[in-house]
This record gives sequence, structure tokens and C-alpha cells, in this order.
Amino acid sequence: MNTPMVEIVDVHKSYGATSVLKGVDLVVNPGEVTVLIGPSGAGKSTLLRMINHLEKADRGLVLVAGELIGYRRAGKHLRELREREVLRQRTGIGFVFQDFNLFANLTVLDNVAEAPRSAQGRPAKEVYPLARELLERVGLADKADAHPRQLSGGQQQRVAIARALALEPKLLLFDEPTSALDPELVGEVLDVMKSLAATGTTMIVVTHEMGFAREVADQVVFMADGRVVEQGPPQQLLRTPAHERTRAFLNKIL
Amino acid sequence: MTSASFHATGDVVDTSGRRGAHELLALRRVPAPRPGRWLASAFLLVLLAQFLHGLVTNPGWEWPVFREFFVEGSIMRALGLTLELTAYGTALGFSLGLVIALMRLSGSWLPASVGWLYVWVFRSVPLIVQLLFWFNLAYLYDRLSFGVPFGPELVSVPTMRLVGPMGAAVLGLALHQAAYAAEIIRSGIISVDRGQVLAAAALGIPRRRQLSRIVLPQAMRSILPNAFNELISLLKGTSIVSVMALGDLFYQTQVIYGRNGRVVALVMVATIWYVILTGLLSVLQYYVERRFARGGSRALPPTPRQRLRAALSGTGKAAR
Ligand SMILES: Nc1ncnc2c1ncn2[C@@H]1O[C@H](COP(=O)(O)OP(=O)(O)OP(=O)(O)O)[C@@H](O)[C@H]1O
Ligand SMILES: [Mg+2]
Repeated sequence: MNTPMVEIVDVHKSYGATSVLKGVDLVVNPGEVTVLIGPSGAGKSTLLRMINHLEKADRGLVLVAGELIGYRRAGKHLRELREREVLRQRTGIGFVFQDFNLFANLTVLDNVAEAPRSAQGRPAKEVYPLARELLERVGLADKADAHPRQLSGGQQQRVAIARALALEPKLLLFDEPTSALDPELVGEVLDVMKSLAATGTTMIVVTHEMGFAREVADQVVFMADGRVVEQGPPQQLLRTPAHERTRAFLNKIL
Repeated sequence: MTSASFHATGDVVDTSGRRGAHELLALRRVPAPRPGRWLASAFLLVLLAQFLHGLVTNPGWEWPVFREFFVEGSIMRALGLTLELTAYGTALGFSLGLVIALMRLSGSWLPASVGWLYVWVFRSVPLIVQLLFWFNLAYLYDRLSFGVPFGPELVSVPTMRLVGPMGAAVLGLALHQAAYAAEIIRSGIISVDRGQVLAAAALGIPRRRQLSRIVLPQAMRSILPNAFNELISLLKGTSIVSVMALGDLFYQTQVIYGRNGRVVALVMVATIWYVILTGLLSVLQYYVERRFARGGSRALPPTPRQRLRAALSGTGKAAR
């Protein structure tokens, strides 16, 4: 088997006295879509943020495409990387937030073009055509000059996806990308995500859209209380879960 | 039924046959009567007229003297000094203020504490005390030397030459201003939604670029009104440098009325200049704020020019 895209090994994390992740292991293969589900407070967001070092693990390792994230081996120590190196690692990992977090002062086009320019140092005349192409891909070519607040939630989230894609990441992380949206806008965002999955992008998606999970996920992972309770292909995990905990959760959301 | 009469302050219209509605649709709309507003406006106009009348007719204002000195040479030079002090004080004060704000916000304890200490000290010491201190620096240290700390000295200059009255004034104003500017800038930065920085970090955008391209432009919205307050307050506050016998606008008018005794006319000279400059700054503020309001949550109202153009182009409806 070749190198997994993501390998999470025995990751622990606590905030003060509250232990949020209690030893999580997870493997995501290249080109696969992993859907992460679980009750509120299970630690899904924390785990996702750890993959691009927005959170630091207290213990355990995160590897993306075989590269250790956030640390390097220095003799007998794991030394944390300098900020510049962490930022470089992050350019290979796209992140889409629940509440979009588009840069409010920049136009839609500049939102998409900003990171390729300032994080990757690519020239404007190469970046702007790419940005327009990406906006076209998410169906928003005509909104290039608008400011984020002039768009609907669904449109904003599609821009956020285009912005994440602009770095041509090898991995895309989504943290509840449709939870802040009105029901009739959820579909347009999921459609974009489905088309991404179809092109073979590796994705980890925290979501409670079970239709999406059933249709595009290669594996579904159920987390509770800072642990992976159960994982498997969607047909199996969603229809015949092995654990009582999973069954109870699915009964509540389905 | 009760429900109709319950809240029917408007006409109760029978639109069942659509005839009643048609009749109403044909009517022209006029604003609601506001007798209170008319009364208040009339009252204000009378007061204003009375005040202007007094200004013009009362010989006590000595308008001929005012005219003689309004653009007189020494007044113009003094005005220049006031503007210079304001410009230096603001530019240096806000530059240093930015550095101190960033120190206070840095995650590392030493810069944060030093920033906190700076703000504490320079907000505590009255400006006039500080100015007197800098002005008398030569008394404490008659030579200033630059070199390796605790090691050999490379350059040494007489303090008086480096920190003359003007230097002392700029130094004092800037250091004082920096403490307030730091707090204004810090409040602007922390008012920017944390998600903005989080998204920038997730995209790998370098720290300095996050600040200059995303955080500060958004912080400007809340920084600007306060910053212009400070700027205008400094414009008038510069008159405090008269303690060092520096001839700013207010000091110069004092010199002149000390000579000719025309206090009211000369105080008016200074006042009118301050009013004009503050007016110019307020206009500048309006446009600078607009520039940074783009992408904000409020729609921008038209500028006076745009409003005028709309009115002239004849669409009476656009002007409400
Ligand atoms: N910065 C923080 N400081 C303290 N506690 C935190 C912090 N971030 C998260 N937590 C706690 O960690 C736990 C897990 O949070 P996390 O956001 O990962 O859950 P989640 O599975 O994403 O939940 P949700 O479905 O509500 O988003 C929660 O109990 C939360 O209160
Ligand atoms: Mg979450």
C-alpha cells in the first residue's frame, strides 16, 4: 500500500482539565472522502484543526502525505517548526470553515487570489486568471468584484471553497461547511463538494448531511467523547452500526 | 369584528371589489405632517439670525482688527508651527502607537509588559510635565552619547543641540500621543473577528501580511473616528508648547494682544483658524472613513457631490 494522505497516530489534547481528544488514530488514503460525524463536543473540530496545526497536539503525531505536521525530529526531541514552516505546510492543506471567514475587506476575486500571491509568492498575472477560473468552477464568475457581505451564505461558502482550492492543496478539510446555511442553500454547496470528490480530491468532511455521506464518502468515522468509536464504509456504518452509541446517535439525526 | 377596529389607526378600506384599491392607487403620496419639526426649525433660525446679527453689529468684536491680523505674517508663521507640531505629533505618535499596540498584543510576556508599562507611564504623566522634562533634559544630561551599551562611546553631542525647544516639543507630543494611539489601535485590532486571522493562518499567509492586508484595514473602521478625535484634539493641544516659549498660533495671538490690548479680536483670529482647520480635518475624515468602509456591513450613503449630481440630473424621486 502506498503512503496514506493523512495518518493520525494516538493524538491527545486537553484544554486545562477537560480532555478533548483521548487517543485518536485515523488513516485517510489518497483520493478518498472521509466523513466525520459525532455528537457536539466529541472533538471533531479540534481533530480537524490539528491536521493543519491550527491546534497543537499534547501527544501523538499527525502526518500528511508522509510529512510530519508542526514538528521535526531534532535528536532526542520533537521540535516545533518555525511559524514560517508551519505556514508553508498549511498551503498544502485547504480548510473550509463553518462560518466562511471570507476576508471582509477584500473583493471575492482578491479573497481567492490572496494566498497564492502572498503565501506562495506567485505573480499576479498568473494568479488572477486562475482565481477567475476557480470562481467559474463554483458558479460565481459574475461575483468576482463583489464584497463577501453582498453574497448569500451559500455563495460565500462556495467562494471559501474556491479560495481553499487556489493553493492547489493535496488535502481539503471541511468543518461543518453547510451548518450555517439556510436549508435551500445547502444543496449548492454540497454539489460543489461532490464535484470535487469526483475529481479525486482527498477530503475530510465534518458534516451531518447523511445524504452526502451515503453518496460520496469512502469511509464514515463516528467520534464520541474524544475517541473514534467506529468507522467503516457508509453502507455498513449507517445501516448496521456495530456500537450502541453509534446507533443512538444515528437514530437522533436521521 | 373587534380585530379590525382594534388597531385601525389608518383608514379601513374595503378592497373587495378592487374599486377602492384602484382609487387609492391613483392618489399622490405626501409626507406625514410634522408640526413640531417646523416649529423647532423656525425657533433655531431666529436664534441663528440673532447671533449673526450680534456678531456683525456689535463693535466689541472689532472686526477691523481681526481683518488686520487674520493673515498677518507672524500669525501665518505661528500657524505653520502649529501644523508642523500636529503633523509630527500625529505621524510619530501613531507610528510608535502601532508598535506599542502590537507589543501589547504579542503572545510573548516581555513585549506585552513593556507595552503595558509604556501606556501606563505616558498616560499618567501630564503632557505639560513631560514637555518641561524634555525641555530641561540638557540640565540632567548635558551630553548625549551613542555607543555600545556599557562599552565605548561612538558619538557624543551636546543635548541642547539635539533636543532644542522644537525637538523637545515634538518628542513630548509624540510620546504622549503614542500612548493613546496604542490603545486606539489595539481596540481596533481586537474588534476584528478572530475568524479572519484563523482563515489567513489556515491559508498560510505570512503573519505580517495578515496584519497589513486583512486585520489593519478592517480595524481602521473603528480606529479612524477615534484617531481623528485625537488629531483634532492635538491640533488645539499643541498650544501647550507655549510653556517653552515656542510661538504656535495661540501663543502668537497672546503676544500680539499683550502688545495692543485687543484681546477679543485676536482670540477670534485663533478661534477662526482652529475652526477652519478642524473643518478641513472633518471633511478629510469623512472621505478617509468612506475609503475604509468598503466591504463593511453598512451600505455607504452617497457623498454630497453624488447627491448633488443626482438632484441635478432631475430624478426628483432619488432625493427622497
Ligand atoms: N479553545 C478551547 N478552550 C477550551 N475548550 C475548548 C476549546 N475548543 C474546544 N473546546 C472544548 O473541546 C470540546 C470539543 O470541541 P470541538 O469543537 O472539537 O467539538 P465538536 O465535535 O466539533 O463539536 P460541534 O459538533 O459542536 O462542533 C468541547 O467540549 C469544547 O468545549
Ligand atoms: Mg465543531
